[in-house]
Amino acid sequence: MAHSVRRDAPELPDFSLLKRLARDQLIYLLEQLPGKKDLFIEADLMSPLDRIANVTTLKEHEVDKLYKVEHKSIVSTSDQLCFLIRPRIQTVKWICDVVNADKAVGKFRRYKVIFCPQKFYACETLLEEQGIIGDVTTDEWSFYLLPLDDDIISLELPEFFRDNFLEGDQRWVRTAGSALHLLHSLYGPFSKVYGIGRCSKMAYESWREQVKEGEQRVRQADIGNVFLIDRDVDLVTPLCSQVVYEGLVDDIFRIKCGCVEFGPDVTSSDKSMKVMLNSQDKVFNEIRNEHFSQVFGFLSQKARNLQTAYDKRSGMDIKQMKTFVSEELKGLKKEHRLLSLHIGASESMMKKKTKQDFQEMLKTEHSLLEGFEIRECISFIEEHINRQASMVESMRLLCLLSLTENGLLPKDYRSLKAQYLQSYGVDHLLTFSNLKQLGLLVEQQPGETLTVMESRVGKLVNDKTAGKLTDAFSSLAKKSNFRALSRRLNLVPKSDEEYDLRVPRDMAYIFSGAYIPLSCKLIEQVLERDGWTGLEEVTRMINGHEFAVTGSNGSDPRGRSDAQRIILVMFLGGCTYSEISALRFLGKEKGYKFVVVTTAITNSARVLESMLDNHA
Amino acid sequence: MIRGKPDDDEYWNSSKFKAFTFDDEDDDFTRLKESKRAVNSILVEDEDEEDEVEKVNWSGEPVGSISWSVKETASNIRSTGEVRDLSFPKIDTAPSLPKNSSGYSLSSLFKGKAKTGSLQSFSESFSEQSLRNYAPELRKPKSEYKDYISDWTPEETVKRMQQGKAYSLEKFHFLQDKLLLLDEAVNAHDGNVITAVLIFLKKSLSKEILFRELIAREIALRHYIHYLKEMGEHKHLVELFKSLGRTEDMALMQYRDHLNIKDENRRRDFLKNCLSLPFSQEDATHVLDHYTLLERQIIIEANDKHVESSSQADIFKKYPRKASILNMPIITTLYYSCFYHYGESEGTYSSPANIRKTFRISDKQFLLTCLGARAKLKAWFDVDALFTTKNWLGYTKKRSPIGFHRIVDILHKNNAPVQVLQEYVNLVEDTEQKISLAQKYKCHDVIINTYRDLKDRQLLIGYREKVERSSPEYRKIEELLCNSQIRWKN
Repeated sequence: MAHSVRRDAPELPDFSLLKRLARDQLIYLLEQLPGKKDLFIEADLMSPLDRIANVTTLKEHEVDKLYKVEHKSIVSTSDQLCFLIRPRIQTVKWICDVVNADKAVGKFRRYKVIFCPQKFYACETLLEEQGIIGDVTTDEWSFYLLPLDDDIISLELPEFFRDNFLEGDQRWVRTAGSALHLLHSLYGPFSKVYGIGRCSKMAYESWREQVKEGEQRVRQADIGNVFLIDRDVDLVTPLCSQVVYEGLVDDIFRIKCGCVEFGPDVTSSDKSMKVMLNSQDKVFNEIRNEHFSQVFGFLSQKARNLQTAYDKRSGMDIKQMKTFVSEELKGLKKEHRLLSLHIGASESMMKKKTKQDFQEMLKTEHSLLEGFEIRECISFIEEHINRQASMVESMRLLCLLSLTENGLLPKDYRSLKAQYLQSYGVDHLLTFSNLKQLGLLVEQQPGETLTVMESRVGKLVNDKTAGKLTDAFSSLAKKSNFRALSRRLNLVPKSDEEYDLRVPRDMAYIFSGAYIPLSCKLIEQVLERDGWTGLEEVTRMINGHEFAVTGSNGSDPRGRSDAQRIILVMFLGGCTYSEISALRFLGKEKGYKFVVVTTAITNSARVLESMLDNHA
Repeated sequence: MIRGKPDDDEYWNSSKFKAFTFDDEDDDFTRLKESKRAVNSILVEDEDEEDEVEKVNWSGEPVGSISWSVKETASNIRSTGEVRDLSFPKIDTAPSLPKNSSGYSLSSLFKGKAKTGSLQSFSESFSEQSLRNYAPELRKPKSEYKDYISDWTPEETVKRMQQGKAYSLEKFHFLQDKLLLLDEAVNAHDGNVITAVLIFLKKSLSKEILFRELIAREIALRHYIHYLKEMGEHKHLVELFKSLGRTEDMALMQYRDHLNIKDENRRRDFLKNCLSLPFSQEDATHVLDHYTLLERQIIIEANDKHVESSSQADIFKKYPRKASILNMPIITTLYYSCFYHYGESEGTYSSPANIRKTFRISDKQFLLTCLGARAKLKAWFDVDALFTTKNWLGYTKKRSPIGFHRIVDILHKNNAPVQVLQEYVNLVEDTEQKISLAQKYKCHDVIINTYRDLKDRQLLIGYREKVERSSPEYRKIEELLCNSQIRWKN
């Protein structure tokens, strides 16, 4: 298959427009508060803001001092304060405190709160209750979409995952719909929309409503097809250790908004360095999708080439040397710098991973995915817990065990939970409760007993209560069905075959040939079949809410065939760099180009940390 | 509460499309105009900011067909003719709650409230025709419009809220109206609006009634719980959980509050009170452990602090404590006790034996923790004793509940010297594993002896190349190779 790589993939549309629009709107909003003002920025809005504007832009619009929102009393002397925040109750409460503290000492200021990407009624109600509407004016900065790279757009809403899937709060559904609407009006009209998951379906509906309410300008579509997928359709993939370069960098150093901070151990100097990781970095661009085992070879080859290029200097005459210096040297030096950076990063990752028995960890993960030697896996996890090794990693393995095995045996669940609480603190009771609620870590329920009990109870009580009980039961019975899905979709290649990571034959290469990510496999299958036909059993096991709809311009003869091969994949609840790599691979094989839109870039640590509740 | 703006009149009166529409639906047009203006106002400066919505549209082109939009908004029945190329089909977004889940049928509502004039949203359940016949008569004269600004149906109200336009919830006095509004918000899948309606219901309904209605509305209920959590309204939440019969959730939520208590004595007392909460049987044990643990930690901490400051014990001088033991996990406490209080009798709270027993710590776990602590102190004699068992004849033998290869790893991580390491490498049963461990940790003796026992001359010769010349290992290999007593197999 690797030989049939199609080279005719279409060009991606230019998403930098999104940045410009966001910047223009921000400027417009800042001008709504004329005169000098101090700007308070929510911590997690700072990096996104950095990507679209800089301090000069802000200063040009009379922003005097910049502060980070820290939920402490403020020191500003300005008589105008502007707050650029996410619509969070905690932050609004803090603003209320600031305003009321000013009022108490008779200090008069003007305040403006800009909610990004939208306001919530709950926040406004709070302002009203605190009696400060009027002192405070509010606005919205509809900054939904931040392009992180040529083919990655992020909503930068990591809380989407917890809010939607754990708390069951649909506050971001319309946001997702609006983001889709924006993309539709700029790069659409879309002709086909596929999707799976409850939230996807709702986001689709919200988008459809907004299309209906708005106007549509007739334009040539840049993006033809859309695929929406809920993160909880596939929770296994984000919990696997990433071994593709970009994913590994994210797991170890945490890429934030497309930027990573490399410490002194990487830069081999005494300073840390912030580096943008995207397709502009030529070295990175060539290794980002590679399995880590291939990266060293590539980098050393690259280093040799560089040496050769430098060596050309000897034997040059003055004129040649002049051309060399003016034309090539700068490029070479840049490449040199990047190369040494990525070599440093690779070394540092190598060291860290060998220290924590990474091999054994991967072996356990692969066994879990394959359903092989589960007892050994459990002892490995147990010992990991007993040794008080990384709290999040222990949790990750437990969740993988539960997801792949359809829950833990009650005896194992109890024993592992007890040991976990002993090792990491009893307050993780709260974490376990969350994990159970979300279905990440559950006890096995004997299925038959359940149905019998359900029907018996059903007869005894009235309809309303019965409905409630059914809900409760169905959430108990919420199964991941991973094993059956894996067989059905051939997610785990046969282990007796050698897998050559140099010449990947399928998307499994992103997990060392051990597992094809379910999310990406679904996308592949649906695009291949142009819908869900033939996948009925699969969707039933996922409990899917799947859909495939064609807009009436789907049959539009003007529709460019190129646009039809550009597919926007929207992950509701986050996606990992590994999945993006897998989709890039799939695109190359089939002649598609994927644009990944995600509520946030995620990985196992982020997913699990969002489940923690054991801090004040 | 946001009020309707006087501008609305302008649109009403200047509408050149009037002839197209039923009076009743003029409002749809206003809405349409408004949303267009709102969209444009983002790019073009507009004095009227209140109506700004989050939607951004980039074209100033006129709205397509008004009749289309009226049709679309007035009913959900899809007519094909005029629907333009924007249309995507509606899909059923399960689980949508039945509108009459509260037991009030729509028709009874219709009959009872026909005079309020807010009928449009029911159009789905009635024939279009009959509705349209009614509607114009019910409409008040336009001049009075401002007084009836809030005459929006639940559906319209929800839509306006979604679009960030002026709305009013005041007129939803009847319980069934309130619930219709809530169900409509839920059907719109907009959590922001659902919460807004819930806030309104919270203010205008008694808890009992609200809780009762929420029971049958899972989605709304979850929004409500989340809202209360975010607002920190714990008392209210406790009552809600109680009335739902979700006692375990209630218990956990109350237990969570201990995190906000910094003072250890108050925290301990709080945990003690938690013991009576209705946890599951399993969790109750854990919470009891938590309380017991903190209680002991407070005692140990006070004692050790005193001992440390009065320099009574060498161990604290040699290895000063880096942090207090308060609020540390059970295993950390055990480690601490193995580090500072090893050998104390089971009677004292701080002894490893006591902690082991109180918290039902498994043999394996106990051994691992003990090993870590004693190895850190380089107390190799204690390490040795951990594995030594005597049989009834008095012979000693080394046993371990975990593989000796793991023991070796742990010892190595604690910088155990080769002499100690090789003793445990030797205990690894699997020869291959033994060799690879020995190579990893440079336990030459183990390797040489194993090769000797295997009578493998070639391997031994090979290994000779790897050790330094004139080192004791080298000499040992030489001696072995010269030893004519050994019958080499190769």
